[in-house]
Amino acid sequence: MSGNEAVATAMRQINPDVCGAFPITPSTEIPEYFSQFMANGLVDTQFVPVESEHSAMSVCIGASAAGARAVTATSSCGLAYMWELLYVAASSRLPITMAVSNRALTGPISIGNDHSDAMGARDSGWIQIYAEDNQEVYDNFIQAILIGEATRLPVMVCQDGFITSHGVSNIELIEDEKVKEFVGEYEPEAWLLNGEEPLAVGPYGTAPYYMEVKRAQAQAMKEAGSAILEVAEKFEAMTGRHYGFIEEYRMEDAETAVVVIGSSAGTAKACVDQLREEGRKVGLVKIRVFRPFPARELVKALSRVKAVAVMDKAESFNGCSGPLFAEVRSAMYDMEDRPLAVDYIYGLGGRDVTVDHFRQVFAALDEDVTAGKTDEVYRYICVRDRDEQPVR
Amino acid sequence: MNRIKAADINENISWQDITKGAEIYEPATSRYINTGEWRVMTPVFKEDKCKQCLLCVPFCPDSAIPVQDEKRADFDFYHCKGCGICVNVCPFDAIDYVKEEK
Repeated sequence: MSGNEAVATAMRQINPDVCGAFPITPSTEIPEYFSQFMANGLVDTQFVPVESEHSAMSVCIGASAAGARAVTATSSCGLAYMWELLYVAASSRLPITMAVSNRALTGPISIGNDHSDAMGARDSGWIQIYAEDNQEVYDNFIQAILIGEATRLPVMVCQDGFITSHGVSNIELIEDEKVKEFVGEYEPEAWLLNGEEPLAVGPYGTAPYYMEVKRAQAQAMKEAGSAILEVAEKFEAMTGRHYGFIEEYRMEDAETAVVVIGSSAGTAKACVDQLREEGRKVGLVKIRVFRPFPARELVKALSRVKAVAVMDKAESFNGCSGPLFAEVRSAMYDMEDRPLAVDYIYGLGGRDVTVDHFRQVFAALDEDVTAGKTDEVYRYICVRDRDEQPVR
Repeated sequence: MNRIKAADINENISWQDITKGAEIYEPATSRYINTGEWRVMTPVFKEDKCKQCLLCVPFCPDSAIPVQDEKRADFDFYHCKGCGICVNVCPFDAIDYVKEEK
């Protein structure tokens, strides 16, 4: 099934209390499939078809504050339209679960995949989990329910628009009863519909209070890692499928490596396999959990490489690098013997990235290692440049 | 569940003790907030001129005019923001409006 259908199936199995949603390509199928499940009586969710994403997130916030398990799905400009509410959900510590089928932001207008939507929301206080393939996005969505509720933080479950959201592949579904048991009943710490206890949610935070509230929120994100691992462990016990903050692929003796998020990890793995067959010591680190940022795990994984290329599927327009590079390089700053590091902006607006492109990246890393230095670290792959030979 | 009292969420509270999402677990907590410090102009209650018509009471946007036994008392200056609406509505010139000495 497609990645979107996989998420909708996970939602059906979770049977959340409320779903507020508004269609936007390429996540539209998620509420579509889900409304079919509703029409067929397979879930008893309160489905609220709103007039905008701003309202979709508002529905989730209201429902979650009331004590309901709330889910939604969006993409691109839809996520951008939720911006204000993303911060409200996170700062009010409401464990909403949102599927994001990543798509470029306008402009130019594009429905193609890249990570600029979710990367733009990286500082909104949401946990962010990215999937390489359809199996992962299904597994991540089920885990996200418990991660959010354990940390009282909202969770974004991201997959690459079209590439996995519409790409069809065989995946292993978990039996309905097992998912039901896994996610259990939601027992909120405090909820507005509790007649026993009056509750105020989202009060005005004057200057003497605001910073303490934000400091506590930051702490929740710092401590979220343990909940993410506990849920992954419980999930592995049920399915045999292992999940962590990052995935290290053939890193044991790697001298050069790429760091990548999402579906392109599959392409890069194929490249790593090819180069390994040719006797080259190359590896890959895939980031599954981007928020909280797995700085310690990345440093450990990259501690023995000579050079690393960070793959950014989003621009940051800071004039220096993409967003992932800035954070990976910052994480490596305190390493005693840190590797050379370069950034590659790639795949914007649905631009395809191939095994050959990754070969080119690894070849450039070899040149950097031989030279013992990097020149321009803010680089591009698969963009037409009149001064460079085209890559076939 | 053991909840922190709203009165204990004050300007001395640490980030470790503040509630998740700044939640408050009891109603009517605005009475703990000293909005009186916003005041620039201050109403002065002249009891001798007051006929106890109580017109000022419903006009006060902050419930800062206490009433007991059908009679108003002096202002609740912990909450009075000094907006002056009571001064305007009083038919008997029983409320002065002066610049507050700080």
